[in-house]
Amino acid sequence: MASSPLVNRYGHEHGEPVDHREHRHPAHQFDTMEQQKESSTLGMWLFLVTEIMFFGGLFTAYLVYRTMYPAAFAAASSTLNVPLGALNTAVLICSSLTMAMAIRSAQVNRRGGILVFLLLTMALGSTFLVVKGFEYHDKFVEHHVPGPSFNFVLESSHEIAATRAQDPLYQRHAEIFFSLYFIMTGIHATHMIIGLGILAVLLFYSGRGKFDSEYYNPLEMTGLYWHFVDIVWIFLFPLLYLLGAHTH
Amino acid sequence: MKSTFPLFPESASALSGDVDALFLVWSLVSIFFTVLIAGLIIVLMSRYKRRHPEEVGADERAGVWLEVLWSAVPLAIMLAMFAWGTRVFFQLYRPPADAIEYTAIGKQWMWKIQHPEGQREINTLHMPVNQAIKMKLASEDVIHSFYIPAFRIKQDAVPGRYTSLWFKATKPGVYHLFCAEYCGTEHSRMIGSIIVMEQRDYESWMAGGTGGKSMVASGSDLFTSLACVTCHRATPGVTQRGPSLEGVYGSQVKLADGRTVVADDNYVRESILNPTAKVVAGFDPVMPTFAGQVSEEQLTQLIAYVRSLGPTGSATAGGTGAGTAAATAAATTPQTANPPAPQK
Amino acid sequence: MDTTAVARSPITTTPETAFERPNYLNSDFGWKSWLFTLDHKRIAILYLISVTAFFALGGTFAALIRLELLTPEGDLMGPDTYNRVFTMHGIIMVFFFLIPAIPAVLGNFLVPLMVGAKDLAMPRLNLASWYVYNLGGLFTLWAIVNGGVDTGWTFYTPFSTTYSNTYVVPTALGIFITGFSTIFTALNFIVTIHRMRAPGLSWFRLPLFIWSTYATSLIIMLGTPVIAITILLVAAEKVLHLGIFNPKLGGDPVLFEHMFWFYSHPAVYIMILPAMGVISELIAAFSRKKVFGYRVVAFASVAIAVLGFLVWGHHLFVAGESAYSATVFSVLSMLVAVPSAVKVFNWTATLYEGSISYQTPMLYALGFIGLFTIGGLTGVMVATLGIDPHVHDTYFIVAHFHYVMVGGTIMAYLGGLHYWWPKMTGRLYPTFLSKLSALLVFVGFNLTFFPQFILGYMGMPRRYWSYPPEFQVLNVLSSAGASVLGVGYLLPLFYFTWSMKYGKKSGDNPWGAVGLEWDTTSPPPTENFYTTPVVTHGPYEYNREEVHNRLTEEANFG
Repeated sequence: MASSPLVNRYGHEHGEPVDHREHRHPAHQFDTMEQQKESSTLGMWLFLVTEIMFFGGLFTAYLVYRTMYPAAFAAASSTLNVPLGALNTAVLICSSLTMAMAIRSAQVNRRGGILVFLLLTMALGSTFLVVKGFEYHDKFVEHHVPGPSFNFVLESSHEIAATRAQDPLYQRHAEIFFSLYFIMTGIHATHMIIGLGILAVLLFYSGRGKFDSEYYNPLEMTGLYWHFVDIVWIFLFPLLYLLGAHTH
Repeated sequence: MKSTFPLFPESASALSGDVDALFLVWSLVSIFFTVLIAGLIIVLMSRYKRRHPEEVGADERAGVWLEVLWSAVPLAIMLAMFAWGTRVFFQLYRPPADAIEYTAIGKQWMWKIQHPEGQREINTLHMPVNQAIKMKLASEDVIHSFYIPAFRIKQDAVPGRYTSLWFKATKPGVYHLFCAEYCGTEHSRMIGSIIVMEQRDYESWMAGGTGGKSMVASGSDLFTSLACVTCHRATPGVTQRGPSLEGVYGSQVKLADGRTVVADDNYVRESILNPTAKVVAGFDPVMPTFAGQVSEEQLTQLIAYVRSLGPTGSATAGGTGAGTAAATAAATTPQTANPPAPQK
Repeated sequence: MDTTAVARSPITTTPETAFERPNYLNSDFGWKSWLFTLDHKRIAILYLISVTAFFALGGTFAALIRLELLTPEGDLMGPDTYNRVFTMHGIIMVFFFLIPAIPAVLGNFLVPLMVGAKDLAMPRLNLASWYVYNLGGLFTLWAIVNGGVDTGWTFYTPFSTTYSNTYVVPTALGIFITGFSTIFTALNFIVTIHRMRAPGLSWFRLPLFIWSTYATSLIIMLGTPVIAITILLVAAEKVLHLGIFNPKLGGDPVLFEHMFWFYSHPAVYIMILPAMGVISELIAAFSRKKVFGYRVVAFASVAIAVLGFLVWGHHLFVAGESAYSATVFSVLSMLVAVPSAVKVFNWTATLYEGSISYQTPMLYALGFIGLFTIGGLTGVMVATLGIDPHVHDTYFIVAHFHYVMVGGTIMAYLGGLHYWWPKMTGRLYPTFLSKLSALLVFVGFNLTFFPQFILGYMGMPRRYWSYPPEFQVLNVLSSAGASVLGVGYLLPLFYFTWSMKYGKKSGDNPWGAVGLEWDTTSPPPTENFYTTPVVTHGPYEYNREEVHNRLTEEANFG
């Protein structure tokens, strides 16, 4: 192509013999592996910034309505299943640990470890979704799913609570809480499902021995994503579940 | 009255001249800078036209002081205009104490306007000249916007809450009333007329109208028929389920959760529609909601009545003339009487 | 047809045979080589086609609006049709033309060239962004074909969620999906600018187009997700009958306005910042001079991006916002105007002691400065609290933002296309016709939109299908101007298409411009540069011996 040797920005010459296997060559637009790695890391962080803004919009809506209707929000929150929510929190934190362990295994070249920990992460992620499914089911049975059949009856003998529950607007405010509950946890669950899909792909490639201590960037990027989804839940859990704990 | 090709709108309110002055000065500033930039471009273009194809421009001369100059000058101008504009804005939205309150309710696609004396009009407002009018706005459906170009004023009517604007016409005449916030199919037909009349013409118009009860009187009737009066009695010293509304309007109200709110239109509205939201300290949240039972118009009448119970209400209502005072007196009558308990 | 090359002066030293050199256009053939390409330059061309199609569609809707408004009575179409027409005009122009136009077409083509890279950092993501853009477009087109949507591009609740019976959800989903394509592009740009600059290309040696693209990308990354969630909430409310923004169910319609404008005001800067970048390039190239106050202009872009996020509340002065927050938003809105003003002064100062050539791109650039000045100054006027209550939601606002969006962004986009067309295609377009189009666009634009300032101050509200008769004369003037503007826009479509096959070959650098993108051949090879460039100087240094020699050589042998 050119008579003079191509010099890349890191001062290496192209065509320099590098003892890399096939997949160790950077993609065509990059000069070196480290440039490629830096780029994907920056890209992932930027993507997470957009995710923060995305959830940020939801959290803003939540805070506005919580301020407007504190009583209805507390009452509606008190019907959520705190033990199941806490269990899910624990499950997710563990899955973050196993995800980190999978990356660690790659760093120390333990391919078996990658497989085991990826599988564990997927199992924990699936557990989370199954538990969430049970919670959704309960809400469905209790008519707490916003829509035509929504009916928020507060199990309370207290006269005030009884009067409130008859108040149609109070019902509407509780419905806003549950709308936000389903939208926020639903979007979070969607992120989990996407994450599980990515993990499945990684599992496939790890099975073929694609990752080792020199190349584990996809694992690391997925790890960032997975931890982010975990952190979103860490915010969702207290905001949605623990809100009513002190008022009833 | 209207020329076929006007280039400047009629100016017919106490503040429209102020807005115009602000606008015209800003326009002059804008024209000055536009002409300055355009002139500089034309002069520089011809002065430094490329003469030889290989010619290049000179090196940049350092121009820090220039950068400072053309950052600081626009900033200074803008801050000055900001200060002036904000002054005008606060005048535009702070009604004077003697303003009479009218109500306009937006509904796809009409304005339902009610005078304090009770006259109702659709898409038309007859009003006296030289009298400040505060227009309280509400909406039954979507967001509308009450806009009178000749008065240089508009305000959105937002469903679920009250907003307001005020104006004082200075010139009799007929002016446009527009809906300025897009509201659906007939948005461009949601227009009407503001008919500004001399005081005596207005009075004779009022006399000729079908009239009806004043806002306060209608509100008082509602207060009885909706059984509000069973809990919110004005009898001092008797323990009631709800607080007495005597003298509440405009005052600071202590809430059960420790907060304090001012009992304004939006608070009274919320207390009727969503009674458990802000419960007055010392009372249980036992009041049922009246959402769905009272229309937007009835709400404004109820609020007018609550306001007439004072303390600030008497001052405001005083502006409406003798008729209102009589109405207020009439309105308070069923208060003291013990009405038969209506259907519960 | 007049085939005289635009480039009167420099070069056509490139021999005809040189065109046989491999370049990104002739490196591969067939539709698959385009639809599955990972080459940023080909993706830019794909975007050019899509964006042009949407511009034509949006323009057709604009023409219908102006036709309807010729008479005070609504006689061409019914009110429901008219409401759909202006809504579709707004949605298509904003989300499918103005926001993607400069970044996705010129940015895609130029960012790797200007930073001396072989491609964007994530070519697959780049291709995906084009597909996602078209997918979003298809949703919206599907909604149009089925009867359209009538909420206005602003989707104000509760009208959009409760009262409108039109295709709100498919349209909203179309916008939601297209948002991803914008985010992909922005993410790609930021990573590329950070990580893929050629050796020696420090931040202050970057062209100003890169600075403004970078600032734009920041806004896209931070703003677009918010409109995404807002639109999702609207769709959820519409489909599931939730009460998030519906006051009857306890929701708050003004919260929607806040969330909408939190994105949509910065979106205005998404549209204008890349245009400012283009203008900086054009002014420098056709004055052959470094942009005056380079660093100030660069930081002004970043300042606009940051301050642009703090001013959304100026859309709510009459919406029931408290007078005190209105005051804060007003003063912040004035602050954001300072960097814009500074840019205008710097561009003008660049002309001083320049070597100014009156070629078509320069005519567009100078037109931009004039129109943007008017658009910007009227913007500060409407941010003034005392004026806004009168002109809010009137044609004054319509005129103001068209001066910025059409007089600004589209002028810059067309100027940029005329400047980089030889780079993209290796061809020149007819000089006379292109200058005529610049003139028609400038005159037609002013004729269309200046009367709307007067109409607006007279009190004519926007989105009116019929209007009181005293507004007619100005409306007729405006519609007449629109027809001139339409011709001005059709001409380039015609001669650009023509030039791809019949245009005179341009050579590598028909303008005698400097910049990394002109250091390679035109059209560039697939990998952009034959050797990785090493940068030793700033972006606009014309007064160098090397440039003198090259220009003299070209002048003598050309």
